[in-house]
Amino acid sequence: MKPIKVTKIAWLALVKNKIRSLLTMLGIIIGVAAVIIMIAISAGTEKSIQEAITGLGSNLIYVQASMGAARMGPGMQSSGGGLVYDDAFAIAEQINGVAGVVVEQTSTQNVKAGDTILENITIMGTTADFPSVRDMEIASGRYFTQDEIDRTKPIAVLGSNLAEEMFGETDPYGQTITVGDSVRLTVVGVFEEKGMVGEVDYDSRFYTPITIVLEKLTNNPFARFLGDRVRLIYVEVDESIGENSERTLDDVIYQIEFLLAKRHEVTLEEPDFTITTQQDIITTQESTTAAFRSLLAWVAGVSLVVGGIGIMNIMLVSVTERTREIGIRQSVGATPSDIRWQFLTEALLLSLVGGLIGVVAGIVGSWIFGQASGMRTVIVASSVLLAFGSAAIVGVFFGYYPANQAAQLDPIEALRYE
Amino acid sequence: MKKSKVIIDGKNLVKVYQMGDFEVRALNGASIQVQEGEFMAIMGPSGSGKSTLMNVLGCLMSPTSGEYFLDGEDVSELNKVELARIRNQKLGFIFQNYNLLARTSAFQNVILPLFYNRASLLTEEEQQEKAAQILEAVGLGDRIYHEPQELSGGQQQRVSIARALVNDPVLVLADEPTGNLDSRSGAEIMALLKDLHRKGTTIVMVTHDPEIAAYTDRTIHLLDGKVAREVKNGKEHA
Ligand SMILES: Nc1ncnc2c1ncn2[C@@H]1O[C@H](COP(=O)(O)OP(=O)(O)O)[C@@H](O)[C@H]1O
Ligand SMILES: [Mg+2]
Repeated sequence: MKPIKVTKIAWLALVKNKIRSLLTMLGIIIGVAAVIIMIAISAGTEKSIQEAITGLGSNLIYVQASMGAARMGPGMQSSGGGLVYDDAFAIAEQINGVAGVVVEQTSTQNVKAGDTILENITIMGTTADFPSVRDMEIASGRYFTQDEIDRTKPIAVLGSNLAEEMFGETDPYGQTITVGDSVRLTVVGVFEEKGMVGEVDYDSRFYTPITIVLEKLTNNPFARFLGDRVRLIYVEVDESIGENSERTLDDVIYQIEFLLAKRHEVTLEEPDFTITTQQDIITTQESTTAAFRSLLAWVAGVSLVVGGIGIMNIMLVSVTERTREIGIRQSVGATPSDIRWQFLTEALLLSLVGGLIGVVAGIVGSWIFGQASGMRTVIVASSVLLAFGSAAIVGVFFGYYPANQAAQLDPIEALRYE
Repeated sequence: MKKSKVIIDGKNLVKVYQMGDFEVRALNGASIQVQEGEFMAIMGPSGSGKSTLMNVLGCLMSPTSGEYFLDGEDVSELNKVELARIRNQKLGFIFQNYNLLARTSAFQNVILPLFYNRASLLTEEEQQEKAAQILEAVGLGDRIYHEPQELSGGQQQRVSIARALVNDPVLVLADEPTGNLDSRSGAEIMALLKDLHRKGTTIVMVTHDPEIAAYTDRTIHLLDGKVAREVKNGKEHA
């Protein structure tokens, strides 16, 4: 029989039993929608994380002190290894293609401003390039200069939330805040709102010259002893690197490694620092979110299979219920394969129509979920294809057994069935 | 008058139903011949094998042994697929309980055998026309989109007659076609069959009612799965 006729017969049979058809499709609808929604959630999360990472500033290289690798050899201080504050300047001055260098050293302290006392505030000691490398805009006042950093000037720039918490409507400019017991800082500026970047709330902390943190706010009793040791140096590379210049990011990294190794008197085989690029972090992040995504896809896939078993179940009941119909069809000349194709086509149609409804439900559901939960959802085209395709395969797979049962019925037995 | 052709030629037909340990010989060496254009009745007491004979003649089952030639073709050893083709292209069935597809219009019921007809050269439009025409011919022109539950018993039987005719069968088989009908509807159905017969259709019909059998040319009587006797029916009903 021509496929178009089989489809027509199957379609008519389904339309005749709308409720049963709908119930049969329910599993598939839910399965397909689940696949799409879950992938949309994980893709949304992934995208948010990615944007957060790139929101840190583009073309970033992270130079980290690897204290674990610090060598305790003879003639070296026990705190040997690691980065020092001056390394940052050396990188800025001696490496071509570096747009900016930032050093950050944080300290958590209780802070007092007038009558307001705030506990456990993160104070970020940093350097002159910080606003440009981190894409932070000054909303009012100003940022601090290299000169002020060099002179350990007691000044501060506030994150937008913190400014409001401390001073409310009052203009913070020129106000004094007291950190810990005795360190008094004068506010010289407030940043624009930045929002969360990954886990870090840039708006609820404040910023001072790094020398303030290094010299006055380090709780570590060895602070003096550690001197100007820093944990992390951010290097922003020129936009042009790797794009339209001969030089690649790897060249810049190699130069930094070489410079630091020389400065620290270590070999490149056993450095006391590690260099990570933005891309490394994104890649790591991608592999974790990919794992998350495939977990969700598995869960959703299982629900599709459950949907398929539902189809099989109802198709089997349907074959029994429709025994007489099958007998009638056989008596007027339907061959076993005609019957098999009809039921298989019915299963396929059910899962395709169910899949289609599921796709719509998944897209609408993702949107509603995003609105309701505030989580970001991104519809992934391939997930729609995947879900729809699996629905079709599930339909054929789980439709085959009932269809075969139907095909093997004996015409006389089938006609006699009450 | 052209030389008449043998449509049914069954010899020593045996059908054994295996019921666990014991067997039922529903047909026990029945032989039957039907000429083209004949209208024949099969009678016999309940359990004598009438329905079994119809099912074998109708290619709904194969005989356990014996020979069966239908329209010159040996069909006693055909497989399921070939039997389905024979049922579709050469036979038309009329059942006592109509056996129409429920919640399906008369039109859809009648067109069904055309769906399964691989040999049909008709286009879809022609098939639809034909189904409608046949429904018209059995007197249901104004009810072709009615579903079985909206039709009387007599009307449902007309639908099933239309369905039996749609593939131009060489033989129409009717198992107690008036068994579920009141006498008036029964007479109408018989008039319709008689009319078909006049137009040349070969019909074999099972009945237990002598008055119904009297519409036919010839009656064979079954007893214990064998043909016990044969009677020519001289009289004609209007
Ligand atoms: N499917 C079957 N399985 C077992 N026995 C059957 C079956 N069909 C019919 N029979 C038996 O075969 C015999 C003939 O039945 P049937 O052909 O229906 O007779 P009739 O139509 O003349 O009443 C009966 O004894 C009946 O019980
Ligand atoms: Mg019977």
